[in-house]
Amino acid sequence: MSSLTSENIDILVSQHQPENATLKNYVIGFVSSIVLTMSAYLLAYYHAGGRGLLFGLLAVLALIQFSVQLIFFLHVGKEFSPRLKLIVTLFMMLVVLIIVGGSLWIMYNLNHRVMPSTKQMVQYMNREDNL
Amino acid sequence: MSDLVPSAQVDVKEVNRLIERNDEDNTTIFGFWVYLMTDCVLFGSLFAVFTVLRNNTFGGPGGAVLFSLPYALIETLSLLTSSFTCGLAVLSAQRKSKKQTVFWFVVTFLLGATFLGLELTEFHKFIAGGNSWHRSGFLSSYFALVGTHGLHITIGLIWIAVMTGFILKRGINGLTMKRIRMLSLFWHFLDVVWIFIFTIVYLFGALHA
Repeated sequence: MSSLTSENIDILVSQHQPENATLKNYVIGFVSSIVLTMSAYLLAYYHAGGRGLLFGLLAVLALIQFSVQLIFFLHVGKEFSPRLKLIVTLFMMLVVLIIVGGSLWIMYNLNHRVMPSTKQMVQYMNREDNL
Repeated sequence: MSDLVPSAQVDVKEVNRLIERNDEDNTTIFGFWVYLMTDCVLFGSLFAVFTVLRNNTFGGPGGAVLFSLPYALIETLSLLTSSFTCGLAVLSAQRKSKKQTVFWFVVTFLLGATFLGLELTEFHKFIAGGNSWHRSGFLSSYFALVGTHGLHITIGLIWIAVMTGFILKRGINGLTMKRIRMLSLFWHFLDVVWIFIFTIVYLFGALHA
């Protein structure tokens, strides 16, 4: 311990501190979030471009803003190893992807394959009544 | 600044105590982060339900008729700004400035309360117009998703109020700092969830016209 300098001690202690926030990070996060929100809003409000393209663009803008806020507001990925916070966050994303993606995949297939059209349903019910 | 400190002057015990305290705080904050991530899974399921049911309007009005985009934008901007001011509160707390921390938490509270007021006004407008959660699968899932978020905001507002009182009484020390960090994580997290509500519920809803 004889080689400890006052600077070394600061570094040693700071490595065990929760991530320190800086004003620069919050300003970057805030300004880019506003820009992303406004561009998404204007795109949707004026129905700019084709519908398919617009859905894609809005989704991309939301995902960019999600990453921006995760990094600049929630300080993900700025900790010292072991990066448990990052690992838990990525695992959450995986679980959400499976739940949301899986549900949509199954439900749209069900709608497509099983759900009869209204006309077919009426025909079926009439036939059941006649029996 | 990197002059060698004679080993006799380095209080090794004090350094170790500081490190230990910080490690303990980090574990608590990490535990809170894990809770937030499980909350994300809850919201993920609600988003899945909403997306599946969004066209099941049962003859009632859809999102394109009900939602007003400018209104949703104002809600979004007030919540986003409150997220920023919450960050400023954390920065003030890091500088140990009690006055500024309290000031920014009050601003955050007011912006958050504005957001909640706007949201409840919108709910009231829908329900008064006969479009409550009874109306259709779409509206049930809408109220479940946005209502769950609003409930979190309500809890967040209570927490901010209690935290502000706590800071006024105890000042800023290790304990308050730890709690301020967890509160700020919670509040920023709610803004992150709102990005997706704004995009998927309101913006996509306008496109479904």
